[in-house]
Amino acid sequence: MSVSLAAFLYLISGICFIMALRGLSHPSTARQGNTFGMVGMAIAILTTLALPGVLSYEMIILGILIGGAIGAIIAKKIEMTALPQLVAGFHSLVGLAACFVAVSAYYEPAAYGIGTKGAIQVASLIEMALGLAIGAVTFTGSIVAFAKLQGLVSGRPLVFTGQHMLNLALGVLLIVLVIALCTTQSDTTFWLIFVVALALGFLLILPIGGADMPVVVSMLNSYSGWAAAGIGFTLENNLLIVTGALVGSSGAILSYIMCKGMNRSFFNVILGGFGGDDSAAAAAGGYDGDRTVKSGSADDAAFILDNAGSVIIVPGYGMAVAQAQHALREMGDQLKAKGVKVRYAIHPVAGRMPGHMNVLLAEANVPYDEVLELDEINRDFSSTDVAFVIGANDVTNPAAKTDPSSPIYGMPILDVENAGTVLFIKRSMGSGYAGVENEVFFRDNTMMLFGDAKKMCEEIVHAMDQL
Amino acid sequence: MSDSNLSEKLREIAEDARELAHEASEAARQAVDGVAAAAPGVPVEQVGINPFVTGLTVFALACFVGYYVVWRVTPALHSPLMAVTNAISSVIIVGALIAAGPADISFASVMGFFAVILASVNIFGGFLVTQRMLSMFKKKS
Repeated sequence: MSVSLAAFLYLISGICFIMALRGLSHPSTARQGNTFGMVGMAIAILTTLALPGVLSYEMIILGILIGGAIGAIIAKKIEMTALPQLVAGFHSLVGLAACFVAVSAYYEPAAYGIGTKGAIQVASLIEMALGLAIGAVTFTGSIVAFAKLQGLVSGRPLVFTGQHMLNLALGVLLIVLVIALCTTQSDTTFWLIFVVALALGFLLILPIGGADMPVVVSMLNSYSGWAAAGIGFTLENNLLIVTGALVGSSGAILSYIMCKGMNRSFFNVILGGFGGDDSAAAAAGGYDGDRTVKSGSADDAAFILDNAGSVIIVPGYGMAVAQAQHALREMGDQLKAKGVKVRYAIHPVAGRMPGHMNVLLAEANVPYDEVLELDEINRDFSSTDVAFVIGANDVTNPAAKTDPSSPIYGMPILDVENAGTVLFIKRSMGSGYAGVENEVFFRDNTMMLFGDAKKMCEEIVHAMDQL
Repeated sequence: MSDSNLSEKLREIAEDARELAHEASEAARQAVDGVAAAAPGVPVEQVGINPFVTGLTVFALACFVGYYVVWRVTPALHSPLMAVTNAISSVIIVGALIAAGPADISFASVMGFFAVILASVNIFGGFLVTQRMLSMFKKKS
């Protein structure tokens, strides 16, 4: 296949990828979009296989079969609640693949037409080093994110003194090494870049706490795109550049949306340390402790829900942990059968990845037109009889609007306190991730339902049957 | 004219064509050398646009396309968006295939082989998990 024909087919493949993202603008076109993505990928692979330099088909097909089988099995078996760690794990693979490609381009530059070993063009060297470094940061960073989300290590931020200085020093060292590589082309320097970038990725994500993971996962998503673009520059391949730019900007936009959902700057999240023991201790002293909450049973909740005309359900990460989405949907169905208007309100940072709650509700067969975003539904709380909060906390805390000293001040929240009655499922009176006491607990119109989210929903369903 | 004569003639024509092609390529090479000689300080490969600039153009435009397309993605589908962008970022397999491509095994081609495996896990895993997620999003019946 001629190089021009290949470039043309790569263009078609790139357009398919754009269509894939375009399809996600609505659930009704999303599946078609995904098909576009698969077609684009197939075109890219087949075109590359037809290039004159690609000869070792046995080895390549073996590699695709091994990788494809592993990927397909993982995708089939994974629990929907484990999606965030799955995505983090997949990001680490893209990062590592980018590193491997950079290494092989460094050792066999002739295969890509960028010079010979030891005499690679400077521009290619810089691009290669960038691809390698970003790939390595993505790799180890994603592994830490994976371990935190999977619960292999504590979700608490891991901070030590001089941490930011160390990261800064490593960053500067990376730049120095890239310059050194361009002048010396020494193998040692090349591998040093790899090692330093690996360490940097590890250290960057360690101080970031569990609930900030939506930002981290989106950020790593973005990095994996920039790594691909870096490799694309090295190989002078437009498809890699286009795709890398698409993925990079997608991840960057998601990070921005997540940061805005928490009213925090990107740097504030990246510098980490949020939600640690310090802030929990500092905030705990704010109240004198003799305030009482009204707590109720499943029967009380069933009675209140049964008499309501409209209910808004507010799910959070706690619902995912308790796997309560199916029991919740059953409760919603029963309410709808009794003529109650049921809707779901999703906060942008609910859960551990962007859109996490939407996927879990969809898994439980909740129709997507009943699931609304914060700005679509927030006005409606005041005209709603019952707000049913399940596994969410900080995103409903009015302190974000009233208390400038609160760590979550300025964060957009769901105004559940405006509803006629607030039913709040919680395991205990413990504070949320941000370590802030929630004022809503103590309101007269709030009833706390203490217990496991899933069990509580099942009991409410049972109690409603008896009514 | 007999068959053997015909094939003889054809062979001669083929021979002529090959010679002509050789002369043409020789002429082309001389022409390129002439260009290089005419502009002594400039290496031949820099007569056109620097490939980095072309790449940068493509990159910048693609960033804009990405920006506008991704802002139109509905927030409800942000999880599938992450999964599908993860899958398409495995297009890095293109680089991996070229690395693994040469017939003889070297350090570089082994690295390429491993990169092919990693990227394949992502391609299949990413697209399939996206498909699984999207198949769950249903409208009110």
